[in-house]
Amino acid sequence: MLTYLLRRLGVAVLVALTVSLITFSMIYLSGDPAVALAGEAATEEDIESIRRYYGYDRPILIQYGEWLFRALQGDFGQSHYLKQPVAQVIFERLPTTMLLGLCALVFALAMSIPLGVLAAIRPNSLIDRTALTIAVIGQAMPSFWFALTLMLWLGIVWRLLPITGSDSWANYVMPSIALGYYITPAAMRLTRAGMMEVLSADYIRTARAKGLRPVTVLFKHALRNAILPVISLAAVQFGFMLGGSIVIETIFAINGLGFLAWESIQRADLPMMQAIVLVLSVFYIVLTLLADMLNAWLDPRIRVA
Amino acid sequence: MKRWLPTAAALAASAGLWCTPALAGKSDDTLNWATDREVAVVDPYYNNTRELVVMGHLGWDALLFRNLETGDYEPLLATAWNWVDNLTMDLELRQGVVFHDGSSFGSEDVVYTINHVTSEDSGVLTPKNVSWMKSAEALGPYSVRIHLANPFPAALAYLSNAVFIMPEGHYDSAPTAADGKKDYGAVSANGTGPYRFVSVKAGDNVLWEKNDTYMEGSPKGQPSIGNIRFRTIKEMNTQIAEMLTGGLDWMWDVPKDQAERLEESGQVTVENAKTMRVSYLAFDVDGDSGQTFFTDKRLRAAVAHAIDREAITRNLVGPASVVIHSACHPDQFGCTQDVPKWPYDPDKARALLAEAGHPDGFEFDIYAYRQREYTEAVIGDLKKVGIEAKLTFLQYRALRDLVWEGKTPVNHMTWGSSSIPDVSAITSHFFSGGRDDPAKDPEVVAWVAEGDSSTNPDDREAAYKKALERISGELYWLPMFTYAKYYVYAKDLDFQTTSDEIPRFYAAKWR
Repeated sequence: MLTYLLRRLGVAVLVALTVSLITFSMIYLSGDPAVALAGEAATEEDIESIRRYYGYDRPILIQYGEWLFRALQGDFGQSHYLKQPVAQVIFERLPTTMLLGLCALVFALAMSIPLGVLAAIRPNSLIDRTALTIAVIGQAMPSFWFALTLMLWLGIVWRLLPITGSDSWANYVMPSIALGYYITPAAMRLTRAGMMEVLSADYIRTARAKGLRPVTVLFKHALRNAILPVISLAAVQFGFMLGGSIVIETIFAINGLGFLAWESIQRADLPMMQAIVLVLSVFYIVLTLLADMLNAWLDPRIRVA
Repeated sequence: MKRWLPTAAALAASAGLWCTPALAGKSDDTLNWATDREVAVVDPYYNNTRELVVMGHLGWDALLFRNLETGDYEPLLATAWNWVDNLTMDLELRQGVVFHDGSSFGSEDVVYTINHVTSEDSGVLTPKNVSWMKSAEALGPYSVRIHLANPFPAALAYLSNAVFIMPEGHYDSAPTAADGKKDYGAVSANGTGPYRFVSVKAGDNVLWEKNDTYMEGSPKGQPSIGNIRFRTIKEMNTQIAEMLTGGLDWMWDVPKDQAERLEESGQVTVENAKTMRVSYLAFDVDGDSGQTFFTDKRLRAAVAHAIDREAITRNLVGPASVVIHSACHPDQFGCTQDVPKWPYDPDKARALLAEAGHPDGFEFDIYAYRQREYTEAVIGDLKKVGIEAKLTFLQYRALRDLVWEGKTPVNHMTWGSSSIPDVSAITSHFFSGGRDDPAKDPEVVAWVAEGDSSTNPDDREAAYKKALERISGELYWLPMFTYAKYYVYAKDLDFQTTSDEIPRFYAAKWR
């Protein structure tokens, strides 16, 4: 198990480094950051001066090396645009994004597990078909369109929920639904498949034969085993939602990490973009690692392979 | 099942009560306006976004005030000014003015501000706004002298629009940033303007409150609305949703189709107003890009005659947009439309193509970065006469690199002149022989330099006219049209749009 853990950790560090290097390069491929910082009306001299001021006139590998060295010590530098330490800004906004991600995850699990269980109990029934329809729609519908539809009905027409902001719990309802709905289908289908497999297992038949109540068999014996892969999936999807909240935070004007990422890309705020990508990728990598560990712990065949 | 129904109903009802949109507008005397930009630094020298240009006029005063109706310069913090020579200007200052922190305004504040922003290590984000000044000195408690670096006839425009006065010692308390540089933008805002800075939450809002002790006799007038809150809302549809539900009182840059639908709804006021931004096509007249079509003036003329600019302004941009014929905005000093014109005439375009040896047209690359639909309309018009233009749509910073490297056969660009009402902010920028100059015509460069270095208005106009005639006559640029913006604001807001894209919220009132 320890060997497996070390091997996975090594891969995780390599992935994080690769992601940061690719991001660094892509920023330069999309144009000169000094031009973006200087603004439209800047003269050549203005841009040259900004290039020197921020050190963009040095070779890219040297810039990357210096950034990495400081980042390893926890210093992500200063935002060119916000004029604040990058780490401070990220950790100010991270809780908003984490909260949104958690709410979305709770919504997704609250939708997917009951529907998955119901679909498994009554395969090919109306409930199963309905659950399948929800899954297909959830996978097919772009999240921005769903978000705008929610905004139209819940915000404008019925005036039930506030449209923008992150000041109260009500601000998180629509964004959580919009973000969580996207991962609902996968979790629901996994729950259904897991439940169907477990419900046909010998120990369930034994439990029924012993005269246990159906509810006890279903929730105490079947669901507890069927839900393990769903938890593993949820951990990975949580990482996805942190990164994927860019669109949702932008639409609902939520002042979180996703919105900050989008803004930083637009204004070529190099230190901020680098740090956000690294933080999000580390989150994703850690959650994936945890999911792998969980699976390996549950299934020895994985760690042996 | 019935047991949870009342609970759900109660939750829904409480959500409805609790989630009423934040009060905005007349009811709480707060004007909420939004754009898609995030504001973190509230200082017009250390944030070069349009939002800070707008807020600059709220929180600070310049030395002069430009009357947009007459085009004249009026006293603001300076009550009188005169040119001692081409490089020296003396100004008398207004007395009895106080900053928001209660300190008195005088010549030392002007001297401090100018000497700070013109110093090499000031880190001002748009040096062009201030680099024309060399230094300032006090001649008395309310009298200053500004020394210019070079003759700069647009000085009054910049003094009224870009040079805001800070109190003496304002930047001395700037903290040192992690990179060891002074973070001047972190100093809390303090000006003499009609609104006082209250708070900023980066990525969310900036709040201003009315300055009840604002100076009497200011051409800006006395502020009327109690609070002005800027909000960052990235998504246009979200801005519209907030506008319709009362969370916003003012927005702009609304696409034409959405503005028209909002107007039909009757819930808000919709206005299309001109801006200082112009659209143009720049040709690779030297053939540096490797596509040498446009070294032939007949092919440039064919393109010009093929494009129906009137139709683009009418159908896509908005009623306040006008077709332009010279490389400047008609509202700018020194801009004349009395130059060679290239009217829409597809038959003439076809004839020119045939004359130039391309009767079946040709294919070239066109580059653009803004309002793709306008460029696509141009491409559609060109296709009608047989010219195929392949569009490469890029971010501004990427396209500007390519333009400077001479890799674009034709680029469809725009320029806002930083709202400076003088041709030196556009024609001089693009035709002084620098990297932005597509032609580097020595005569044009000389005429522009002549206009830039004289303080005599007649001499300037004459010099610029010669340059503008040559630019349009030779088709180094095909000037296209002026931009127009759709403004949408609450019915109970008394607001006047302006042509320089600087909304004067300090003059807004509730109806």
